[in-house]
Amino acid sequence: MYFGLSEEQKSLEENINRFLADNASLDIIKAVANGEEDKAQSVHQGILDLGLSGLVIPEEYGGLELDMLFATVVAAALGSGTAPVPYAGSYVMAPLAINLAGSDDQKNQWLPKIAGGECVVGVGLSEYVGAREDAGIEFLNGKLSGRSLFLIDGKNADAYLLANKSGELFLVEASAPGIEVIELTTVDKTRSSIELILKNVDADLLSGSDDRSIIEKVLDAGRIMLAADTVGAAQVMLDKSVAYSLERKQFGRLIGSFQAVKHMCAEMAAELEPCHSMIWHAAHCFDNVPEEARLMACQTKAHISEVGQQISKTATEVHGGMGFTDELGLHYWFKRIGLNRQLLGSPELIREEAGRLQGFDQ
Amino acid sequence: MDLEYGPQYDDFRAEVISFIKENENTKISGPPRSESRIAWQQKLIDNGYFARSIPKEYGGYGGDMDIIKLRIIAEEFAKSPIPKPAGGQGIQMLVPTLLSLGTEEQKQAYIRPTLRGEILWCQGYSEPNSGSDLASLQTKAELDGDEWVINGQKIWTSTAHLSQMCFILVRTEPDAPKHQGISYLLMPMDAEGIDRRPIKQMTGDSDFNELFLTDVRIPAENIVGSRGEGWQVANATLGHERGSLADPNVTQNRLNSLIDLMKNETIDGQRVIDKPIFRDRLLSIQGRLMAQQSNALRILSSQINKEQEANLAKFIVKLQGTELRHELEGLAIDAMGEIGTLYEDSPHLKDNGVWQMNYMYYLGLIIGGGTNQIQKNIISERALGMPKEPKIQGA
Ligand SMILES: Cc1cc2nc3c(=O)[nH]c(=O)nc-3n(C[C@H](O)[C@H](O)[C@H](O)COP(=O)(O)OP(=O)(O)OC[C@H]3O[C@@H](n4cnc5c(N)ncnc54)[C@H](O)[C@@H]3O)c2cc1C
Ligand SMILES: Cc1cc2nc3c(=O)[nH]c(=O)nc-3n(C[C@H](O)[C@H](O)[C@H](O)COP(=O)(O)OP(=O)(O)OC[C@H]3O[C@@H](n4cnc5c(N)ncnc54)[C@H](O)[C@@H]3O)c2cc1C
Repeated sequence: MYFGLSEEQKSLEENINRFLADNASLDIIKAVANGEEDKAQSVHQGILDLGLSGLVIPEEYGGLELDMLFATVVAAALGSGTAPVPYAGSYVMAPLAINLAGSDDQKNQWLPKIAGGECVVGVGLSEYVGAREDAGIEFLNGKLSGRSLFLIDGKNADAYLLANKSGELFLVEASAPGIEVIELTTVDKTRSSIELILKNVDADLLSGSDDRSIIEKVLDAGRIMLAADTVGAAQVMLDKSVAYSLERKQFGRLIGSFQAVKHMCAEMAAELEPCHSMIWHAAHCFDNVPEEARLMACQTKAHISEVGQQISKTATEVHGGMGFTDELGLHYWFKRIGLNRQLLGSPELIREEAGRLQGFDQ
Repeated sequence: MDLEYGPQYDDFRAEVISFIKENENTKISGPPRSESRIAWQQKLIDNGYFARSIPKEYGGYGGDMDIIKLRIIAEEFAKSPIPKPAGGQGIQMLVPTLLSLGTEEQKQAYIRPTLRGEILWCQGYSEPNSGSDLASLQTKAELDGDEWVINGQKIWTSTAHLSQMCFILVRTEPDAPKHQGISYLLMPMDAEGIDRRPIKQMTGDSDFNELFLTDVRIPAENIVGSRGEGWQVANATLGHERGSLADPNVTQNRLNSLIDLMKNETIDGQRVIDKPIFRDRLLSIQGRLMAQQSNALRILSSQINKEQEANLAKFIVKLQGTELRHELEGLAIDAMGEIGTLYEDSPHLKDNGVWQMNYMYYLGLIIGGGTNQIQKNIISERALGMPKEPKIQGA
């Protein structure tokens, strides 16, 4: 029995952290957030060079065929670096969906390209989880029409993975006629968000996805990734708070010697430490314990969204007026956690789902 | 990641299951230390289901320290109505202390009867003026020939009314700095000069007591560790207490009962669990509990795999576990509304009033065993490396 990360997983984590420290400094993040998108490209190239786009793709399609725990390590590391790159949608949810529900042709067409870093896939499942603004797509005679909001990794994507309300999944090429892309501006400028408007667009149904268990599996994976991203980001906010409290003096003392500040940090640590175990556990169940996997993924996303919110607030407070500034940049982590909380279902929505999963409504 | 215990444990689990099947209907009765309780405890020891890794010569089973086997025993016993092994402060705190720091004579004299449940122990640490600041304690002991003479007052001493012995902290070196002047003594509760007064708690029960100690004489050899080392001796076991106060697996049982309760209780004929706000509160408690269970798996893993570090994971267990448990019991009261306030033998009382009882009891555990504010001091200082509380001159 061993519960934790393997040496290989730890070294992957270190490699990503090192790469981001060297190539995605706060100055780079700020530049990207202020519109210099080209600065994000070299960061993206770097994670492709590390093989991360093919991490969960089977070897026969050119991937590394690693499990969800590896993907969790990656997501947490990218969250800790507020990395301005596609990941959860394009490199986890999309290939998973194609691999689980695609035909051989579809797999051959897409998976090697994703693994090889030649293709980004935006993922739009928001309307399946809970449609806002009356959005939604319909599939008729091989064509998709409608709107989808808040695609994950959708900007500049080469293709989109979309779901209709009954959970069927479709692949659409970005170059197909009839697609309009509208850029959305969320608070989190380290990742893109788009809206798609589709008018009779050629779409390729993933034939296995008529079984809802496919989209549920894809959602579970996405939720675990977002939770891991939040854990990574929240850990940095806690670490920065402790470090700041040991530099900043007021009243002739380090602020870290005031019990109010110590207790804020202790509360953050007490909430966050179990969350590391929780994402590992959720990833383990995803691959190995099917009967617990769905509840675990839901509760992990919901609980960690709550912890993330508390930490992003408290850590900002520990930094006083500086915490409120753009200069310090703490807000990039705050906002990343804020977006993760809403994507693929806010805590309240997901807990409703967790209640249904356990038959509380019966 | 590997959550399997491995096929080499399958036989062991089968043995445990068959023991449980054979003995499931064992009835034990009578007060603590009754014959049937002691006989059952001894049977558990003889079969290796209790005191498993404690050497035979001291009354244990004498098995190897295999955490997975201990875990399997706990899992299987938890599933069955079979009587559980006795607990208490003697077993949880004193026995580990004697095993690592006691003299050979002390081990011989106390461990076996404590394991068998013949000697029950209480913990004489807190004093009226020394609670969180335990090291400031003033109860003193002076050596007079071959006897310690103890004078002072202890308070909040749980189970003192049931106990034969007390492990007690006293000041023996009044001139030494406060942490270095304390000794750890073993005091028989029938010694002359002990005046015990029960303290009634908010629950209505009297589980703890005040002890007034006047010229209490105990043998000089009843000291664990050397003179002035009592603080280190006591600290060796405070960790055991912290970990045992809020086991998430026990909380899981309470959560299951809470779910049943919310399915059965109705308001205007509608089940409480069908009310969205109540259901959401239930599910957020479940989410927090699942996080704590994952944390517990990591701690278990660090005990099996010695190279694995889980320091912070352990420091937070008492703080997180007691707060969650208190909140869980409180949700049940809210789910019952006015019915939830019923107590003692009132008409309409549900579940014998156990939810109110636990709601209060767990507030006691938020305070006892080191208050949760003290836990936060410990987490910030020892795990996060933040500065210690400043010493106030003259305080
Ligand atoms: C939106 C905004 C508008 C502002 N507008 C103005 C303005 O118009 N004019 C102006 O002069 N100032 C203004 N300020 C500054 C504001 O008054 C300070 O930010 C605030 O007093 C905190 O001081 P600090 O930023 O130096 O943080 P610090 O004092 O360094 O505090 C950092 C952390 O340490 C904690 N801390 C510090 N001392 C103690 C203690 N003794 N006990 C416990 N905890 C302690 C704090 O609570 C905080 O969590 C503004 C700040 C903000 C955020
Ligand atoms: C149910 C129960 C069973 C118990 N059983 C036993 C037993 O068997 N044997 C035994 O010896 N004792 C026992 N105790 C005593 C227990 O250990 C003490 O109550 C506890 O350590 C707190 O001490 P106190 O009651 O003196 O409170 P105080 O120390 O006076 O604390 C009062 C308040 O001040 C806060 N405070 C104190 N110091 C600090 C600080 N440095 N920083 C921040 N906040 C601080 C506390 O958190 C608390 O909120 C028991 C207590 C309870 C409630």
